[in-house]
Amino acid sequence: MTQPTDLTRRGFLQSSALTGGGLMLGIALPGAVSDANAAGMLYTPNAWVHIADDNTITLLSARSEMGQGVYTSMPMLIAEELDVDIRAIKVSIAPPNQKLYGNALLGGPQLTGGSSSVRDGWEKLRIAGAQVRMMLISAAAQKWNIPESQLRAEKGRIVGPKGRKATYGQLAAAASKLPVPDKVVLKDPKDFKIVGKPTRRLDTPAKVNGTAEFGIDVKLPGMVYASLEQCPVIGGTVKSFDAGKAKAMPGVIDVVQIPDGVAIVADTWWHARKAREGLTVVWDEGPGAALTHTAMTEGTRAALKTGKVLPLKAVGDADAEIAKAEKASGKVIRAEYTMPLLSHSPLEPMNFTAHVHDNRVELIGPTQWQDAAAATVAKVVGVPPENVSLRTTFLGGGFGRRIDIDFIIQAAQISKAVNKPVKLLWTREDDMTHDFYRPQSVHQLAAAIGPDGKPTAMTFRMSSQSVTGRVFGLPADVQDPLMTEAAVAGYAVPASRHDIVKHDAGLRVGYWRSVSHALNAFANETFIDELAVAAGQDPLAYRMSLLAGQPRFANVLKIATDRAGWGSAAPAGRFRGIALMEGYDTYMAQVAEISVANGEVQVHKVTVAADLGRMVNPDTVEAQIQSSIVFGLTAALFGEITLEKGRVQQTNFHQYRLLRLNESPAIDITLVPSTEKPGGIGEPATALIGPAVGNALFAATGKRLRKMPFTPENIQSA
Amino acid sequence: MSTRFKINGKAVDVKAEPDTPLLWVIRDEIGLTGTKYGCGMALCGACTVHLDGQPVRSCQTPVSAVSGKSVATVESLSRNNTHPLQVAWIKHDVPQCGYCQSGQLMSAAALLKENKNPSDAEIDAAMSGNICRCGTYPRIRAAIKSAAADMQHHKA
Repeated sequence: MTQPTDLTRRGFLQSSALTGGGLMLGIALPGAVSDANAAGMLYTPNAWVHIADDNTITLLSARSEMGQGVYTSMPMLIAEELDVDIRAIKVSIAPPNQKLYGNALLGGPQLTGGSSSVRDGWEKLRIAGAQVRMMLISAAAQKWNIPESQLRAEKGRIVGPKGRKATYGQLAAAASKLPVPDKVVLKDPKDFKIVGKPTRRLDTPAKVNGTAEFGIDVKLPGMVYASLEQCPVIGGTVKSFDAGKAKAMPGVIDVVQIPDGVAIVADTWWHARKAREGLTVVWDEGPGAALTHTAMTEGTRAALKTGKVLPLKAVGDADAEIAKAEKASGKVIRAEYTMPLLSHSPLEPMNFTAHVHDNRVELIGPTQWQDAAAATVAKVVGVPPENVSLRTTFLGGGFGRRIDIDFIIQAAQISKAVNKPVKLLWTREDDMTHDFYRPQSVHQLAAAIGPDGKPTAMTFRMSSQSVTGRVFGLPADVQDPLMTEAAVAGYAVPASRHDIVKHDAGLRVGYWRSVSHALNAFANETFIDELAVAAGQDPLAYRMSLLAGQPRFANVLKIATDRAGWGSAAPAGRFRGIALMEGYDTYMAQVAEISVANGEVQVHKVTVAADLGRMVNPDTVEAQIQSSIVFGLTAALFGEITLEKGRVQQTNFHQYRLLRLNESPAIDITLVPSTEKPGGIGEPATALIGPAVGNALFAATGKRLRKMPFTPENIQSA
Repeated sequence: MSTRFKINGKAVDVKAEPDTPLLWVIRDEIGLTGTKYGCGMALCGACTVHLDGQPVRSCQTPVSAVSGKSVATVESLSRNNTHPLQVAWIKHDVPQCGYCQSGQLMSAAALLKENKNPSDAEIDAAMSGNICRCGTYPRIRAAIKSAAADMQHHKA
């Protein structure tokens, strides 16, 4: 798709020359400007409507489709106000253009993540649709000489009195010459015809017959294939290499060194992959050569005492209260929780296709961060930024891994070196051993219990590694907001202190689905269960007693526990556990029902209640909850990346186990009808399933799991 | 040197070395990209195809092993989504990222060929070799049952 040239003007952008006829409109965001400014964010138009003369209507999604459903939900928002049949439109993923497509909710980058797509697009995409609809009505009014008030939009046509009708395509050229309306009136949500209705995904048909295009499927004329040998210790560099044998292997075209390693380029991917067996590289393993995961955990724990403490929230003097209670009654509970490193392991390994030629770069593939990819490649390859194009394919999973752009840079560097279009594809082993890992964390919590069993004071201190520090750069004394999520729970505690310690444990870390929610919710929701036990109270009643004035928390907790049969006997041999959290403006409760046999946990059923405000596609909401539970359960039961001598020990799925269909629980979901602003749903359920299962494990075994994963060994030693 | 076999009913003659995994022959030489690479060790099932009607992992099947045989990929189900499994997959909106779904569909197709009315346990057993990182398992279960019912109905 051709890009507009004038992107400097704020507000509505208009350029009818873009596609040789037709109407292509960016959008202004009157409603979001003040919010964005107030939050210190960049105001950016970020969606497009394209109506061709032949009446083909294309709605752009400024977000990448990685399974979460934006390929359908983003167009639904535009289509609601534009008044087109969602099944009659085409969808295109937006090209890199931060000004147009930036994510205001995340502070501006054109990035898909943070369960933010609907929350960011909720208002501005409807405004986009409404503006285009109004322009089409104006065009029809002029053409027919009829007042606008007598015209209306209806399923891709403007309809007037006496049966007058014109398709959007017939009006597009005239509409494109009109001024853009400053003010739009959005529909009352009760009149929504598309938004809020369960809607079949627009990408499903292509995903059941092999035609959906993922990065691995990209093919360019004259394209060659690359496989890249990287240092087994992340961060290590090439000292020297011998490619003699590799070069003699079938199909090998070239062997080239790039900063991250040595790439074999061949006529097929299998030839490139195979020739790595003939390659010898001597590495400078760098400062990470001695790193172990146990030393990393020890360092993270030590940082709780010795690191710089960043206060998050303090109410009253919690330390004094706890000290007082310790002397007086001794009713003080202390607990430490630890979380391991995790890999993202999307099923499509990292890959990208690049063609560097004539001072230009073409990039095609799966990414969660278009503008960073394009801008960084421009810099690294040495071409003007406007000479880099990027087309986003479907993503074979993202989960945060494809926010990083290492593999995109590599593809461009290899293409530049061999002067050909190149598809770089990592092996599963490359992918698992060169991830940006979910950081470890250590939490220490303490609470004093009053005579009624309720906590009178609590302290919370967590140490982990800042992903935001690496990705965006943050001064050492600045809080990373993606470490503090769900750190402060909804329970009423008269005195409390929450502190965060940022500690660089020595391995590169990345955003992993639900980010710090998973770390903090595990600590908080296990700890509250421990307090209930110490108080001799039922975990549900105890939580409820601390949720006065928190109706959304209390409501989801009641619904989930009612549906799960909390309070009635579980089937023989089965035990239940609860977890509750707010994340991404979504309130959620889960009840896990488990059994334990031969030391292994089996999760039979998960009951979920979620209040996420208004929804765009409730069926996708359910799918994301199901998805997040399977993802979070994989981590809770099996997930752990370990390091010896700086090397990740897990190389493939036999060592990094992923939950399978036969291990997957029944999932019962209740979505609470709500007129609150939309919450995110791609991630939160991930964070609750671990503590829910851990609390059920306590009910089953009397053992308190304070460390993930819940393997037979860790259960045994708990 | 070449290997002859049938793919989706059509005879092909491929030039890849005999030890080349079938997966890469299908994808890069024949150009059918519905079949995916996930692990290369027969652990995830993304590369599942049928070899003379049986589900196999094409990433661990050397092309020499299919000489003279019949291979079927996801593209063989139907191009226009009329196979009962494709219909059921669409009805239940099974795919999320979609990357594993070709393999899921081929495992399910092999199951329904052998067993017209699979129980929950039989579905679990037949589908446990296919990983879905997005966790579409509840919908895969529902869609297989739906397709089985549909096929019975059409037969009756």
